[in-house]
Amino acid sequence: MGIKWDEFFVTGDPLIFASQIGIALTMIGALAALTYFKKWNYLWTEWLTTVDHKKIGIMYILMGVLMFVRGGIDGLMMKGQTAVPENEFLNAQHYNEVFTTHGVIMILFVAMPLLIGLMNFVIPLQIGARDVAFPQLNALSFWLTFSGAMLFNISFIIGGSPDAGWTSYFPLAGKEFSPGIGNNFYAVALQIAGAGTLMTGINFVVTVLKMRTKGMTLMKMPMFTWTSFITSIIIVASFPIFTVALALMTFDRTFGTHFFTISGGGMDMLWANLFWLWGHPEVYIVVLPAFGMLSDIISTFARKTLYGYKSMVISIVMISVLSMLVWVHHFFTMGNSAGVNSFFSITTMAIAIPTGVKVFNWLFTMRKGRIKFTTAMLWSLAFVPNFVIGGVTGVMLAMAAADYQYHNTLFLVAHFHYVLIPGVVFPIFAGLYFWWPKMFGYMLNERIGKWHFWLFVIGFNVTFMPMFFLGLDGAVRRAYTYSAETGFGPLMMISAVGSVILAAGFAALVYNIYWSARHADRNIGNDPWDARTLEWATATPVQHYNFASLPDVSKIDAFWHMKKNNEIQPLTEDEIEEIHLPSNTWIPIYMGVIFGISGFLLVFEWTIAAAIAALGIFAGLAFRSFDYDEGFHVHKDEILETERKWRKGANKGVKNHVS
Amino acid sequence: MKKSKLLLVSLTSIMAVLLLSGCENNMVVFNPQGPIARQILELINFSIALMLLVTIVVFGLFAFIVWKYRERKDNMSYEPPEEHGSTVLEIIWTVIPILIIVALTIPTVKTIYAIDEIPQGYEDKEPLVINVTSADWKWIFSYPEQGIETINYVNIPEDRPIDFRLTSAGTMQSFWIPALGGQKYSMAKAETQLYLVADNPGSYVGRNTNFNGQGYAGMEFEVLSQTQKEFDEWVKEVKETAPKMTLSEYEKMLEPSHFGRKTFSNTHLEWVDHSDPHSKNYTNPEMYDRGHGWPGKIFEDKDNYKNKDGNTVNTKHDNSEDMNHNESETDDSHGGEHSGH
Ligand code: HEM
Ligand SMILES: [Cu+2]
Ligand SMILES: [Cu+2]
Repeated sequence: MGIKWDEFFVTGDPLIFASQIGIALTMIGALAALTYFKKWNYLWTEWLTTVDHKKIGIMYILMGVLMFVRGGIDGLMMKGQTAVPENEFLNAQHYNEVFTTHGVIMILFVAMPLLIGLMNFVIPLQIGARDVAFPQLNALSFWLTFSGAMLFNISFIIGGSPDAGWTSYFPLAGKEFSPGIGNNFYAVALQIAGAGTLMTGINFVVTVLKMRTKGMTLMKMPMFTWTSFITSIIIVASFPIFTVALALMTFDRTFGTHFFTISGGGMDMLWANLFWLWGHPEVYIVVLPAFGMLSDIISTFARKTLYGYKSMVISIVMISVLSMLVWVHHFFTMGNSAGVNSFFSITTMAIAIPTGVKVFNWLFTMRKGRIKFTTAMLWSLAFVPNFVIGGVTGVMLAMAAADYQYHNTLFLVAHFHYVLIPGVVFPIFAGLYFWWPKMFGYMLNERIGKWHFWLFVIGFNVTFMPMFFLGLDGAVRRAYTYSAETGFGPLMMISAVGSVILAAGFAALVYNIYWSARHADRNIGNDPWDARTLEWATATPVQHYNFASLPDVSKIDAFWHMKKNNEIQPLTEDEIEEIHLPSNTWIPIYMGVIFGISGFLLVFEWTIAAAIAALGIFAGLAFRSFDYDEGFHVHKDEILETERKWRKGANKGVKNHVS
Repeated sequence: MKKSKLLLVSLTSIMAVLLLSGCENNMVVFNPQGPIARQILELINFSIALMLLVTIVVFGLFAFIVWKYRERKDNMSYEPPEEHGSTVLEIIWTVIPILIIVALTIPTVKTIYAIDEIPQGYEDKEPLVINVTSADWKWIFSYPEQGIETINYVNIPEDRPIDFRLTSAGTMQSFWIPALGGQKYSMAKAETQLYLVADNPGSYVGRNTNFNGQGYAGMEFEVLSQTQKEFDEWVKEVKETAPKMTLSEYEKMLEPSHFGRKTFSNTHLEWVDHSDPHSKNYTNPEMYDRGHGWPGKIFEDKDNYKNKDGNTVNTKHDNSEDMNHNESETDDSHGGEHSGH
């Protein structure tokens, strides 16, 4: 069959053409640089085949930051288009593609990878373990997520982007109304990435249950570990629903079945139900780990134990249960009976109760503390007032009768950005500033960090606050344009200006990463923040085996008490034993590539070719089954040498680096 | 610290400015033109008041704590106490949100039930039934009792409950006239129902809020509320002067397209009621812009009116003589204005 190349590549648009050339040049440049500097081997052995949770975490974070750039450009393009009435920067089709990719990328390829990356890096360290329970599976999770993200991202240069919204409601998303292959990218790429996420969930449930160090009972775990644990449980409970829904979508779109179509007896609202049965818990999947990071960071910089630890744990469990019982609030206006709408209004509002408890506990953690305004702490502080605005508007939306007036308007868009940006992005930034020294052995610059902070927070509010009012004035979401008579112009313009400030804030972060990599002080000791949990008890950056001997824990904030009571064990030679670690493996990255290729073929509906490519998946599974590599041992001498080196300078810089 | 205070001040002042401008401004949700919208607004105002209270309390506490316990040059030697919590306090801030939620639940549930019914004071007035059919990308209003049909505008008598029966010929839409009340979805092969009442004569904007493809942004209609007398006269005039729609014209109309107003002195309900689960499909996948990229497979649809297998719809289709309806089709009817590349 002859391929029509002008349809294969997206053509006819200068913007897209420029990015096609840009992408091609970047790729050639990267390959050339790797070859020139002879870095292929380093890249392959140190990163692409690694099973080390710390490196996998860093790769997740790198991917999340890059995807944030892509999703952010989408956001800016939308703001540019709607800044003035009847603008012609983007046409309807482009706007539709842009908000669809923005939504999907921001949630699945920005928020999720950044959080899972931080979880990967931090959780094994916090529980005093040498890795996650299944290191190879962890690598597979990453490569599947990466593969899904890449597949999704090429859609705008090859084949055409999905354009039915991040919710991809049927019937619109079906072949009857969206006959291009754009939405196949949605169905297939998210399936691949979702499989990776599901494996992460399983991995972390087992890790937290089985890998904790001596003495660390469940109720002595740091809060970030707790929330990641609960998040993993929600992942395991809800992602299979999405898997099924996407599979049915794929059948409808490529094989002509009728699960969700309007013809042949399909039920379009079944999609909406399945989507939100996953989609609402998904919101908590991204918010809960963020809550955990905040708890640890606030407690560190207020120099106090987390207030109300037990009620914190109870509230996250409550939130996770309630999160599965509220999905109908996304379609109150579907014509449900008054009884159904009342029920889901109440369950939704009930989430405010555990959330309120958490906010008060955070405030009381700081009370009587000594609050140090590091950049990480500023992000955590800014969370409180901004998230409260997201929360109270959430309660307003939960009141079904009132939602009849807010639904699908910019009021809703403002609300969920007030939840997702202060509730997920701020904590992620806090976490990056906080754990960066652990990852790389140097801190991000605090001065640039404050620029990042103030620009981003102010820009965020200027962008999204006007949208509440626009929504109440009848401005709807996902509309690429509006007429001048609506009177939306001025507020839309303010909002667009805000998004430029916000983008400048993000640019400051990127610059900070660059600046700090080149100029930051490398001589910072293992505990630059005077922190409280076990990850700070070991070297900075962390040695590949994490802990020379696994720590023994008797209290919450274990490391803090060790420091106070001078219980930090000196290095004694006879305590050190050989450490057994898993070897690198090529199988996960191979699987990512094969999944990507067969997914790509499936997107183009070349089903036979896709099936043949999928044989490669079975080949990978077979290789894995006959893989008898038992891992390797780190020898005593090596451990002793590494430990001596970092311990010598362990205490320097403790106090002088935070100012 | 100066900076965190700055943050608070700037945040609250932005809020305050916007809120104040909001109050005196004429945002449509705050200017209800009918009893249903008014009921919803009461609920909204109540929730705003309560939520504002919550916000102020939390902001105040936050500002106080952050200010009071900030690190200063002179308290560097202060070591915060070990403090694990307080059962009493934790119970208090569990109970307070519960009370707030209860306070919100009661009026919410009341309003949910109330707006499902004909509003109080209008029960004795006979509702006017209007069937609303949404299609890509237009609104079709049928008046079954009057036997007339309007496209992209709807005239209603004031002070009389209107019983909107919503359905869709294809994608899902959401029917919203914010000045008169809340919205509801219109879905193919299903019927949803919405009561609305207008207090006074006037013209209001109605629109689709549920994204349904390239023509979505333009899917607006005008609602003209008239006195009963004006309304009756209008109906009479339409019956006398408006053309009759033919089936093929109707089928043409269901294709993805944008056009202005139209008026007919019959309704499409004589051929098809899209809310009937067994009704024919009027999908036209071939006519949608496939984005910029690779075209996918399109599947044959057995139930489509185009597959003429001797059923009622097609018989009528054959009988209709006016196959050449293009002349009456004044406005553009291609697949959206934006398919040109
Ligand atoms: C960085 C700055 C951001 C800007 C300027 C921005 C802007 C926007 C705009 C303008 C829309 C569409 C409004 C419309 O319906 O027309 C939108 C939708 C959306 N945004 Fe953002 N956003 C940003 C960050 C984020 C983040 C961090 C997330 C999630 C973690 C996110 C998630 C979403 C989602 C899920 C949608 C809905 C997409 C849809 O309607 O299908 N956004 N955003
Ligand atoms: Cu285009
Ligand atoms: Cu939800």
